[in-house]
Amino acid sequence: MTAEPLLQVRDLVKYYHAGGLLAARKPPVRAVDGVSFEIGRGETLALVGESGCGKSSVGRTILRLQEPTSGEAVFEGQDVFRLGREPLRALRRRMQIIFQDPYGSLNPRMTVGAAVAEGMQIHRLASGAELERRVAALLEEVGLDPSYARRYPHEFSGGQRQRIGIARALAVEPVFIVCDEPVSALDVSVQAQVLNLLADLQRQRGLSYLFIAHDLAVVRQIAQRIAVMYLGRIVETGPTEALLADPRHPYTQALLSAVPEPDPGAQRRRIVLHGDLPSPSNPPPGCPFHTRCFHPLRNERCRTEVPPLRPITGTLAACHYAEVSAVEAIEAAP
Amino acid sequence: MTPLLEVRDLRISFPTGGGRITPVDGVSFALERGRTLALVGESGCGKSLTSLAVLQLVPAPGVIDPSSRIRLGDTDLLALRGEALREVRGRRIGMIFQDPMTSLNPVFTVGDQIAEGILAHFDVPRREAMARAERLVGEVGIGDAKARLTAYPHQLSGGMRQRVMIAIALAAEPEILIADEPTTALDVTVQAQILEVLDGLRESRGMAVLLITHDLGIVAGRADRVAVMYAGQIVEEAPTAELFERPSHPYTQGLFASVPRLEGPLSRLTPIRGTVPPPTAWPAGCRFRPRCPIVHPRSETMPPLLDVGPDHRMRCWLAEGET
Repeated sequence: MTAEPLLQVRDLVKYYHAGGLLAARKPPVRAVDGVSFEIGRGETLALVGESGCGKSSVGRTILRLQEPTSGEAVFEGQDVFRLGREPLRALRRRMQIIFQDPYGSLNPRMTVGAAVAEGMQIHRLASGAELERRVAALLEEVGLDPSYARRYPHEFSGGQRQRIGIARALAVEPVFIVCDEPVSALDVSVQAQVLNLLADLQRQRGLSYLFIAHDLAVVRQIAQRIAVMYLGRIVETGPTEALLADPRHPYTQALLSAVPEPDPGAQRRRIVLHGDLPSPSNPPPGCPFHTRCFHPLRNERCRTEVPPLRPITGTLAACHYAEVSAVEAIEAAP
Repeated sequence: MTPLLEVRDLRISFPTGGGRITPVDGVSFALERGRTLALVGESGCGKSLTSLAVLQLVPAPGVIDPSSRIRLGDTDLLALRGEALREVRGRRIGMIFQDPMTSLNPVFTVGDQIAEGILAHFDVPRREAMARAERLVGEVGIGDAKARLTAYPHQLSGGMRQRVMIAIALAAEPEILIADEPTTALDVTVQAQILEVLDGLRESRGMAVLLITHDLGIVAGRADRVAVMYAGQIVEEAPTAELFERPSHPYTQGLFASVPRLEGPLSRLTPIRGTVPPPTAWPAGCRFRPRCPIVHPRSETMPPLLDVGPDHRMRCWLAEGET
């Protein structure tokens, strides 16, 4: 990894404004509310959180599939958010995306070969026999038979379609791929195949991933670093093993304890959060997590003052009282 | 002791353009009073269809084979029609599904929908039904119960809707709750809330639960017994602790090796090769044969469920070497 990160995102904000007659009166949905992170060459950063935390909006704005409200995203020295049409088109060769739904992201009337070839044609990377040769090589690289090029997406299982989606993303030889819940829709036996494939491709091609997911056990298999999001903000970030071994933010602790481990003897403390996620169009003041927090030290300060991300032990955590582990404090209490 | 629910040799078939398929093919199990049995498997293994058959809810043109038997105590469930069937559905066996949004009626309030279930099965005045609905809403952990009774489904979060579904299922005080992937559509912290509610109710009401899931993590520490399904059949069955300690069928072992873990040393996952075949492409003999890492001389003959240990059976010829 070189000193200069491949991607630097600073203070990314994405608000969605309601459409329709009364739009002006409705507060915007604050999907992403000031998110900053870096991704190095050949590195995977996992963006983890539950529905509505803003993780997918981060991925989509970085690729300019949606326009950001403010902030910057410097990729290979250029601010993606300030690029005009032509440079943006050129950039799309360098950055690609893989979606969750392998059924909805392929055109049902396009053969697999045409779907994989499309990007290479748009960017004029190959044509004729060379194009066919490259399509065959890509299908082989993702573990599919090259003869599948002549068939249609409906003939394939979910796992095979996800492989086609990966081949399609790889076709333009990107250096960076946003993987938006790429294995969430797959059965567990197939999920493991796709995770291994993504790890192998990363090693062979030196790819960087922004891996968006809700499953911490999945993320552990592929990411060097994790950023946990809650209500549009990163509440904790750090190296994968450090964050999983000693999470400091109460939300990370709750998220971790909620993962059901397939081991009847596992004696992990279960923390069951109370209440629902607050609405992102009306987030609570102060710490976004204070309405559901179980930290014994929580107080008035949490309701008024937004905690910044700051170094604790192995991670950065946005909690005023992260020096004291909420889980341990509860367990120690009589 | 006779089991509360007994399924014997259940076969469900569908006509297709290319002939009949049998997505549930000879499934047998027993659920004891107050116990939890988990049917575990990946998509298309037949676990949901099996649970639907218990209430005669197999979608057309599916047909339950006449030789199949499903008994609830002394009642032959597959012989029930009309009023007698209605009495079992909802009253003696409740059911909750994966997607609480499509299972709730969007134009009726939460209170109306719970009370409807109570009024359908008990001869009580409406006011009493509403009072019971309020108690149920509290019991499934919805705060401010009185106010929530007047809410419509779209005003509730996914987790709240699933709680409402549970309240509806409980309204008639069933002996058995069939929970078909009850938390699959929910976020993990919400899943933890719902599982806590279900665990509490199972204990306080002594209800038996048939839990249908793809997630071995949910089964651990919750189910008393596990039946693993693959390609329309039960391939392994044992008490939960035994199955997790000694998974014996190569498919079960493959499932465990595929699951990413949060704890323990990090290692590369060992997936099962290939994909789950559709019912039109099930091989003759052992159905797991094309994906199995082990080549067995008898695999072209379908193995029966064989003993691998006390109260532990699997559908694999390897069991013959073990006992």
